[in-house]
Amino acid sequence: MSAVLKAVNLVKIYSGGALPVPAVRGVDLEVEEGEFVAVMGPSGSGKSTLVHMLGGLDTRTSGEIWLDGKRVDTLSESAWALLRREKVGFVFQFFNLVANMTVADNVELPALLAGISPKEARERRESLLAALNLGDRADAAPAQLSGGEQQRVALARALANKPSVLLADEPTGNLDSRNTRDVLRLLGEVHKQGQTIVMVTHDARVASLADRLVSLFDGQIVDDGRITRRRTGTAGEVIDLR
Amino acid sequence: MRPHLLALLAKEPAHGYELKQALEQTFGSAYPSPNIGQIYVTLGRLEKDGLVRSVDVEQSNRPNKKVYYLTAKGRDALTAWVEEPTEGPRVRDEFFMKLVLAPLTGIADRMALISRQRRHYLSLMADLNDLLSGTDPRDRVAGLLIEGAMLHLQADLDWLERCQEDLA
Repeated sequence: MSAVLKAVNLVKIYSGGALPVPAVRGVDLEVEEGEFVAVMGPSGSGKSTLVHMLGGLDTRTSGEIWLDGKRVDTLSESAWALLRREKVGFVFQFFNLVANMTVADNVELPALLAGISPKEARERRESLLAALNLGDRADAAPAQLSGGEQQRVALARALANKPSVLLADEPTGNLDSRNTRDVLRLLGEVHKQGQTIVMVTHDARVASLADRLVSLFDGQIVDDGRITRRRTGTAGEVIDLR
Repeated sequence: MRPHLLALLAKEPAHGYELKQALEQTFGSAYPSPNIGQIYVTLGRLEKDGLVRSVDVEQSNRPNKKVYYLTAKGRDALTAWVEEPTEGPRVRDEFFMKLVLAPLTGIADRMALISRQRRHYLSLMADLNDLLSGTDPRDRVAGLLIEGAMLHLQADLDWLERCQEDLA
């Protein structure tokens, strides 16, 4: 097993205001291939900043970021952007679909940009949309979809280029339980197929799919360990009706 | 379990084993399978209190079975149970006691306690996820019970985070 993603003493200090604000204060993190890491912590603990830096959407103040064995924090913005097309999938709380493209094109575009053949991109899009119960919405415009459906399309889009790592920031933040269920199912499936995932979430159901939990507090990792499965199998142990 | 049995008997008279089956069928896989001994003990107490009565029904080649039915007093008790407001869940305070008291003794620090507890809650949530995915989606009662447990657990986690913000 090798580290797909590695952060070494990563620091982010926002210095726009009157006082510099340290958001991430020396994070060391290694994510192995196929690992699903949940990142939790109070708001303001630096979770989102960390994940944005890992995907090159925010610059680091100091420290190193390595992706697939290559140092990326020193890349120029455009070089980073090219690399990101191939290797990173992003999904956020707000979905940012391209409004004047169909759902199908929204999902296929990142795959095509990453250099995947049109045929393969279409097959990939079809299987992702089907897995998210969106097969019949392929020709719709994003505006015709509900918020929950748009978020599912955003997840399909993030996975379309078979990224080395899927980075997610509160991907189920705005979803009702029905939409969350479809997202959970797909995340579980792609993780089983070996997709590496790093996900910031407050949603315990999503976090509990992960193998490992990283807890942030005040910009530092205060806990990093496995989420064990007990596999009791019986409901009686978790539900107590009197 | 007393009012649950009264409710089932308000539908129709039944013997102990039928009540066990009815509970299992109604609540599905999410319900801890009721213990038949506990059902008979509860029926005995209900009968002593005059809320149910029983008649012996003869069976061919088998010992008689006791069939229970609801009395008027039992029906009143059931109505009272349905109509009174149900207490909300108490805050699960065992962990909170540890969190407040343990650091005073120098046994553990709060950050470590909170971190361990958070992972424990997520393990429980993983179990509930497995349980839900193994539950027939048409079994709405079981599904809703599991979702209820998940929402409580989510609240416990959110509270843990508040404790971390203010105490750790």
